[in-house]
Amino acid sequence: MTTTTPPIKETAPRVSKSKPQRIRRGSVISSTGLYIATGVAAFLFLVPFYLIVRNALSTDAEITGEEWKFFPTDIQWGNISELFSDNTVPFATSLWNSTIVGVAHTVGVLLICSLAGYGLARIPYKHANKIFYLVLVTLMVPAAVTFVPSFVLVSSLGWVSSFRGLIIPGLFSGFTCFLFRQYFLGFPKELEEAARVDGLGYWGAYWRVVVPNSLNFFAAIATITFIQGWNAFLWPLVIGQDQEAWTVQVALSSYMTNQTVNFHLIFMATAISILPLVLVFLFLQRWLVQGVAQTGIKG
Amino acid sequence: MSTTTTRDATRPAPAKVSKTKPRRGVRGTTFNFWLFTGPFLIGLLIFVYIPILWSAWLSFYEARYTVTPDKFVGFDNYEYMLTNGDFVGSLGTFTVFAAIVVPITWALSLGLALMVHRLRFMKAFFRSVFFLPTAVSFVAASLIWKMSIFSGVRFGLMNTVLGWFGIENVAWLADPNPPWYWLVIVTLRLWLQAGFYMILFLAALQNIPPSLYEAAAIDGAKPGWQTFWYITLPQLRATSTAVILLLLVAAYQAFDEFFNLITKTTWGRPPLVELYYTALGESQDYGAGSAGAMILTALICTVTLLQGRIMGFGRGDENK
Repeated sequence: MTTTTPPIKETAPRVSKSKPQRIRRGSVISSTGLYIATGVAAFLFLVPFYLIVRNALSTDAEITGEEWKFFPTDIQWGNISELFSDNTVPFATSLWNSTIVGVAHTVGVLLICSLAGYGLARIPYKHANKIFYLVLVTLMVPAAVTFVPSFVLVSSLGWVSSFRGLIIPGLFSGFTCFLFRQYFLGFPKELEEAARVDGLGYWGAYWRVVVPNSLNFFAAIATITFIQGWNAFLWPLVIGQDQEAWTVQVALSSYMTNQTVNFHLIFMATAISILPLVLVFLFLQRWLVQGVAQTGIKG
Repeated sequence: MSTTTTRDATRPAPAKVSKTKPRRGVRGTTFNFWLFTGPFLIGLLIFVYIPILWSAWLSFYEARYTVTPDKFVGFDNYEYMLTNGDFVGSLGTFTVFAAIVVPITWALSLGLALMVHRLRFMKAFFRSVFFLPTAVSFVAASLIWKMSIFSGVRFGLMNTVLGWFGIENVAWLADPNPPWYWLVIVTLRLWLQAGFYMILFLAALQNIPPSLYEAAAIDGAKPGWQTFWYITLPQLRATSTAVILLLLVAAYQAFDEFFNLITKTTWGRPPLVELYYTALGESQDYGAGSAGAMILTALICTVTLLQGRIMGFGRGDENK
């Protein structure tokens, strides 16, 4: 790069003359190649989704047959009702549990962590920095690593196989609190000062001015939190000792170790367990992308 | 709740003169600080700090089937875990896993980001396709991988495709020799995670000023490898470092896919799976399990601190 700098004057006109041509010719070839490569990658990424749909709507005979069938001869919508009337795995209960856990987890995390993040970012309490370090220290220890001690605590509280045990220990996310603090540090102070002039305290300013002006950020964190809550497996597995307290992920996992294997039911269950997230994904992708960019970079 | 507190904080303010205001302000500050952060901090204390401390205490006791033991055994649990072939082996499994999955995921997500970034039309579509697997859980993905793609029987997708070329069935997950299970585990994690990190790289790519490329073109740099090597890659250094460390921490916590893909074996167990069977399996050995958790915590703290050094978290603190 640096070695080619001296002869700028010579090359500059030549480059500008030949540039349009070269770009056009090269770009046709390279963009065709680009689209082929991207298309192949996209195809591979979609194969698992195809398999879910195909298997969910086939009969077992079609799935396990000698010859590969690309699509079921007759689409088996009946698999849905068969799944819900199957009693070996409480799938309907687990869907309900996951819904409760997912929503409660999201609302709780957002409420508790955003308040704490605001307090740490904006309220000039003299020990705020020391307390923030206590939060930062917990970031070094991922919750998954401490599942044994957490289980010990929760089981002593008698919260095993209950919604309390599934939801409450996960609400105090140091990382989400950290993200909110970083966000609120960048929130325009003028807006809050205006609220203060209008006679609102911290609490009033927070709910009437700060939150309504931060809905994008809240939505981004909410989508990520919901996906994490819905997809969590280790903690629900540890806590859900009774079938009644299983979440969807635990139910899916149990299908893999069951004695009897009904492929069409298992894949219908998988399809249904993924559906809410695909919907969240399709309709809230803007916030999700924003949330990923925000949570990931601060990692 | 909101109305009462606002009134308390604001009612006397207009009535009193500025002289008393600072003192009130300080008191209101303390009260408000705890009002905002109290619920979180109490929860953090109960559900994060207490379990860790309790576990540290348990790790020095013989605690089978009980969490309130009375037999102090010193470092016996640690000695047991560190001389236990399974636990040490699980650290080896993690090392192999991280060594494979981290560089491949980094390269694939960067590659996808570069491709999507250069697309002129259908950009949003392709971005969505690569990002979509992020919505799928590890459990659901394990199910698809185990029962459909890498099923060891003839009707599994991979074996069907291999069959078209006359290759015999491969037992992908049942047999550790040769270790085909790594292919299953690594492709699963790639599929699930590449899109997530692609988004991070895309955001970073958009932040590279176009003037850099224009300047390089004037200097005679050929678009392609040259600009990639001398402009794009250095500009992405911060994101790359972050992605690699995120991948490392994520690999460290791998549990779901190992637990679901490889059942009832003694091989292919990463640390968390090993801990799960130690503490919550048949022996319910909370003492040894806690010692294992402490060892893992110490390891990951070391990694995170190194990460902080490398990424320069210290600089961020100075700004504050």
